[in-house]
Amino acid sequence: MQRRNNGVAAGGRRQEAPPPRRLNDRDAKVKKDPTMKLFKIRGGVHPHDHKHLAAEQAIEDLPMPALLHIPLQQHIGAPAAPAVRRGQQVAKGDLLAHSQGAISAPVHAPTSGRVMGVGSYPAHHASGLSVRTVTLKPDGEDRWSDAIEGVADPFVLTPEEIAARVAAAGIVGMGGATFPSAVKLNLRNRYRLHTLVINGAECEPYLTCDDRLMREEADAVVDGIRILARGLGVERIIIAIENNKSEAQAAMAIAAAVDPRIRIARLPTRYPMGSERHLVQALTGQETPARGLTADIGVVVHNGATAFAVHEALRHGRPLVSRVVTVSGGAVARPRNLRVPLGARVQDLLDYCGGFTEEPAQLISGGPMMGQPLPETRVPMVKGSNGVLALTAREVARRESMPCIRCASCVQACPCGLVPLEMAAHTRAGDLEGAVGLGLMDCIGCGSCAYVCPAHIPLVQFFKYAKGEMAARGRSKQKLLETKRLAEQRTARIEAIQRAKREAMAKRKREQAATQAAAKAAAPIAPADVPAAALAGED
Amino acid sequence: MIAAILSLTTLGLILGWLLGLAARYLKVEGNPIAERVAELLPGSQCGQCGYLGCGPAAEAIASGAAPVTSCPPGGRVLAEELAALLGVSVDLSGVADKAPAIAHIHENLCIGCCKCFKRCPTDAIMGANNMIHSVFADACTGCGLCFEVCPTECIEMRPVTPTLQTWFWEKPSVLAA
Repeated sequence: MQRRNNGVAAGGRRQEAPPPRRLNDRDAKVKKDPTMKLFKIRGGVHPHDHKHLAAEQAIEDLPMPALLHIPLQQHIGAPAAPAVRRGQQVAKGDLLAHSQGAISAPVHAPTSGRVMGVGSYPAHHASGLSVRTVTLKPDGEDRWSDAIEGVADPFVLTPEEIAARVAAAGIVGMGGATFPSAVKLNLRNRYRLHTLVINGAECEPYLTCDDRLMREEADAVVDGIRILARGLGVERIIIAIENNKSEAQAAMAIAAAVDPRIRIARLPTRYPMGSERHLVQALTGQETPARGLTADIGVVVHNGATAFAVHEALRHGRPLVSRVVTVSGGAVARPRNLRVPLGARVQDLLDYCGGFTEEPAQLISGGPMMGQPLPETRVPMVKGSNGVLALTAREVARRESMPCIRCASCVQACPCGLVPLEMAAHTRAGDLEGAVGLGLMDCIGCGSCAYVCPAHIPLVQFFKYAKGEMAARGRSKQKLLETKRLAEQRTARIEAIQRAKREAMAKRKREQAATQAAAKAAAPIAPADVPAAALAGED
Repeated sequence: MIAAILSLTTLGLILGWLLGLAARYLKVEGNPIAERVAELLPGSQCGQCGYLGCGPAAEAIASGAAPVTSCPPGGRVLAEELAALLGVSVDLSGVADKAPAIAHIHENLCIGCCKCFKRCPTDAIMGANNMIHSVFADACTGCGLCFEVCPTECIEMRPVTPTLQTWFWEKPSVLAA
């Protein structure tokens, strides 16, 4: 609690603006627009949003690439298990891989074509590791499967049926977290939920895909939102959009007029407003418990693009096989918003956008604040990739890091009320327990601290390393426990086998002794005969 | 004089009785630290530490004859726990995890002799007579006992490669922080 209090005090500098903002004067022309009282969140930064690069580019369809590489792990949880063989013909929307286990998601064919193989291919991941991937050669027809069938009225379905259809469509959180959405819908069984929040904050600079989707497909997104609300059984719906997307706010406000339960929240533009916990805090004033879920305070957050995918899945029966991606950055010739089939290579997207105007200093998947560097351009697009950024050296502005001067800028910027400089110092010295004691596990990795650090210390990398190392230690501890259990079980089994053997042996001996004794008792003359016979023989 | 003798005698009797009680009810068998160390050790008796099994190793670690880092399957985590238990400081940076390895059976060489399967301390090998054996990667501690007995040398100790689930960013190499 000490830490939190410190955070409140430290975060004060950036919260001088009166927090309960009533932002209705400018948008008064939109009818049925209930104003929302907003609460303040601590910390945060104001990076230049660079959204002008792609914000006015309407969503275009990426021409179908020659080959699609569809990874079987596009979500958090267990990888999907392949359901197709090499050479098999599939139609668009056919199942390529089953979900496995409680937290998993199936994968579907993004277009019709022939399966070229199920093998290993570089993953859409900073590590450059390979994952199991289905390679599909499109036949150019882009023919939907005959089995695809939507529901005329999704609102007569029970929440269970909605969750089952969302699960079958392979929908995952499309803001980047890629958590299976159906699992989130089923939270209603364990928590008392009252509010659905649609996260349209899109606070990462450069990214405009959610903005464009909400502008162009507002009715479909709102329909998806209403289906999600039905699936969750909630009566309050809040669509939260940052003020730098006024057109999306207006479009969504008009589309949302169909449902009086929906309210539009106009968020101040500040990073990381789109962080689930901070968004909920800004909207409800309640803080999500540490290491808990927003469902603990009755709120479930879904992304706008997820709502669109739910609309597609329920109304048209279409599984999640494509998504909108922003291709942007100073090194991209023509920044665009593209609807790409999952499995298209990053290179395909870059080629369609005119390639590079200069050699990019960094290629990033996602936004510049929390995105991951991509090791190569042949990696495929996945369900969670919302952006491909090719940044110039000037944009990246990498500087050599210098010693910490303990200015505490990072403490003021941290939206979680942590003390990044201390956490990094402990991590650097190898004292990970100390870093955890300072709240490492509450860090959301937003990068605000590293953004403001005047010494250019890679704070987030320290925290990512520390979290990864702690997780690895947890795994090896778990393995040690399991090893112990297995070894004990084996010892017990071997002892039992030996005991059984000894007992069997003892039993046999007893039986032998008993038969011998019985034989002795039954024929007392016989032994006398033997020597007699022997004697006779000797004669 | 008599009062002093009596009081001291009473005191002696009471204290002696207490000591007797303590000897009976608070009896310590063996080295308690060694027992607690043994509880932490994996108990797979793999012998990678150079001792006959986890029991002797625990005694050696408790008495200081063996370093806390001597259990390879336990790795770093165990070393830290042992160091905390014994109150010794340990430099783990030098004891970077020996690249953990797990057994892999080459199926084209396996003759199904069951030798490895019988020696595995954690039942990580599945097999039967004249059937190809296989390793449960999750249960294998990389002790190498199977590796030694295989008559066809079909077992290979393969280093564990990171997966998407286990990979994480390495520690930044900057001097500052």
